[in-house]
Amino acid sequence: MAHVDQLVGSYRAWASNGASGAPDWLKDLREGGIARFHDLGFPNMKQEAWRFTSVAPIAEGSFELAQPPARVPTLDDIRPFLLLEAGYRLVFVDGFYQPSLSTPFFDDVQSLAHVVSHRQDLVRAHLGKYAATQDRPFSALNTAFVSDGAFVHVPAKASIPEPIQLLFLASDAKPVVAHPRNLVVVEREARASIVETYAALGDHTYWTNAVTEIVLADGARLDHHRVQRESSRAYHVASTQSHQGRDSKLNLHFVAFGGALARHDIGAVMAGPGGTLILNGLYLLAGQQHADHHTTIDHAADHCESHEYFNGVLDDKSRGVFTGRIVVRPGAQKTDSKQTNNNLLLSANAHADSQPQLEIYADDVKCTHGSTVGPLDPRALFYLRSRGVGEGEARRLLTYGFAAEILGRMDIAPLRAQLDAIVRGRLAEQ
Amino acid sequence: MAKDRALLEVKGLRVAVAGNEILKGVDLTIRDGEVHAIMGPNGSGKSTLAQVLAGHPAYEVLGGSATYDGKDLLDLDPEERAREGVFLAFQYPVEIRGITNSYFLRSALNAIRRTKGEPELDPLDFLQVLERKLKTIGWDDAMMNRPVNEGFSGGEKKRNEILQLAVLEPRLAILDETDSGLDIDALKTVAQAVNQLRGPNRSFLIVTHYQRLLNYIKPDVVHVLADGRIVKTGGPELALELEAKGYDWLRDGAMVS
Repeated sequence: MAHVDQLVGSYRAWASNGASGAPDWLKDLREGGIARFHDLGFPNMKQEAWRFTSVAPIAEGSFELAQPPARVPTLDDIRPFLLLEAGYRLVFVDGFYQPSLSTPFFDDVQSLAHVVSHRQDLVRAHLGKYAATQDRPFSALNTAFVSDGAFVHVPAKASIPEPIQLLFLASDAKPVVAHPRNLVVVEREARASIVETYAALGDHTYWTNAVTEIVLADGARLDHHRVQRESSRAYHVASTQSHQGRDSKLNLHFVAFGGALARHDIGAVMAGPGGTLILNGLYLLAGQQHADHHTTIDHAADHCESHEYFNGVLDDKSRGVFTGRIVVRPGAQKTDSKQTNNNLLLSANAHADSQPQLEIYADDVKCTHGSTVGPLDPRALFYLRSRGVGEGEARRLLTYGFAAEILGRMDIAPLRAQLDAIVRGRLAEQ
Repeated sequence: MAKDRALLEVKGLRVAVAGNEILKGVDLTIRDGEVHAIMGPNGSGKSTLAQVLAGHPAYEVLGGSATYDGKDLLDLDPEERAREGVFLAFQYPVEIRGITNSYFLRSALNAIRRTKGEPELDPLDFLQVLERKLKTIGWDDAMMNRPVNEGFSGGEKKRNEILQLAVLEPRLAILDETDSGLDIDALKTVAQAVNQLRGPNRSFLIVTHYQRLLNYIKPDVVHVLADGRIVKTGGPELALELEAKGYDWLRDGAMVS
């Protein structure tokens, strides 16, 4: 409890000082968040949703609330983390918006802190409406500290041609915690693509506690890519929550390379009929990394289609956890839901847990799921070798295929190529 | 290359899998450009012979020899055999997740080219080679950008094996039950492609349970394998005889001889 109290204390100090100028509704939101966090405390492994992941290193660690960076990085410093050249870009360091590194677009691609005052009604209508805090202590804590993050708004029928980049960097500093809060609103029949990246300028210990809320109105389409490349000593806890309207199309891509400990809760609500959703994720782990993806797809309306594909490549003593919960609500007839989770174990000491959880309350639905955990398929290895490919290359090729299968579903070719290069680099090290 | 020397010479080959002796002394000689068929009932060891020649690690050689182009074939790794020109068209082609057919085939071709001291092909060069090969066998490139064998129908998987054969240009192509699971149209398509690929520098060993493939690919020699031994060898007419009489008469014969 000591650490919970410390965080609550740090909230009190912050709320009465730096954050006291916020509008009342935002103050109320924060108060609700800290009260919830205080009640819930940190999760423990006796809780079903946390069976395989201990957050003790976070709960027992000491993290100060991040301050604005002493030195703002240069464009050259951040260039290695930009996955695309063109397009609007919002850059944050230790959670703080960096105007000198960013290329915003009026009040539509902007820092949340700015639009909280400039587009208050729009922000208020959505912020905190999708990321539940009831049973999610980390989201509650993030909500308590809501102050800055990325805001993307795509007006009705608008289309933003180039992907928007959201970059969250940890500077090389003492152990701090940042709580970035992002809000993406894609209005009716609008279209956009986003790349949300978490990375570090050094290889230090810190804690990122991020929440991203995504809302798609009727007929909207969003391709959202989330790239987690935190430092190998970092703790990354995040929640991505989406809410889709009628006939909307959401492709959520996730790539997780980094962090000592990473937990990502992904929740997708299909609230209008005819929506389609793709959750497409890859985790590539080595050393003692631990990554936990906890996904929930909520089919709340009829005639929706969801496809979920997660692949894990686990080397050394790493551990991957995948939970795929699919809820089909009463009345969500003609739901078509498909889930696969394939885990490749490259070492005898690597470990994967895969658990599908299907809760189906409608009778005219199609739901399939499958998961695998194991080493490289010896039949595939022989097949490649029988074609002249040497054993080492055959292993690399098959391993790469696990990653390439996921990357291949991304539509933006230059982004795919960048991620492909990162994957190849990682596999070459192993 | 010595004209008279056999491309493949198998002598007294004995092979076990999981402790069971499957091949009990196989003798087989294949010369350049010849097409041999191996027929036999289920469990006779046909597929074992195909797999062991390709170097499948699950098979244990108990005795005998296999000399390929003057080299001890059994001493080579599967990839070394492939680079020396041995090719196995699998009975059950394997699905490779995430790797496109085109990427896979280029990796394989480049591995073989490296061994021969030839420069590797970049994606564009490879595409040209591929186009030429596809033209030879009269197929399109519809399968090339799909992951290897993933979601392929049975017929597509078998065609894909033949396409690989066409691109990799082996000297000894072993077809393991390539006809199984094919309807008559698919069978003809595959057979026509194989016939296009026949030549004086390419030999075939066609393993099949049924005679019907041999209506379209005419073998020079037909062998009957029963209970781990070759019990009869003849010309194409032997296949017809087997079709008419079945295998039982031979199995009995093998037991008394």
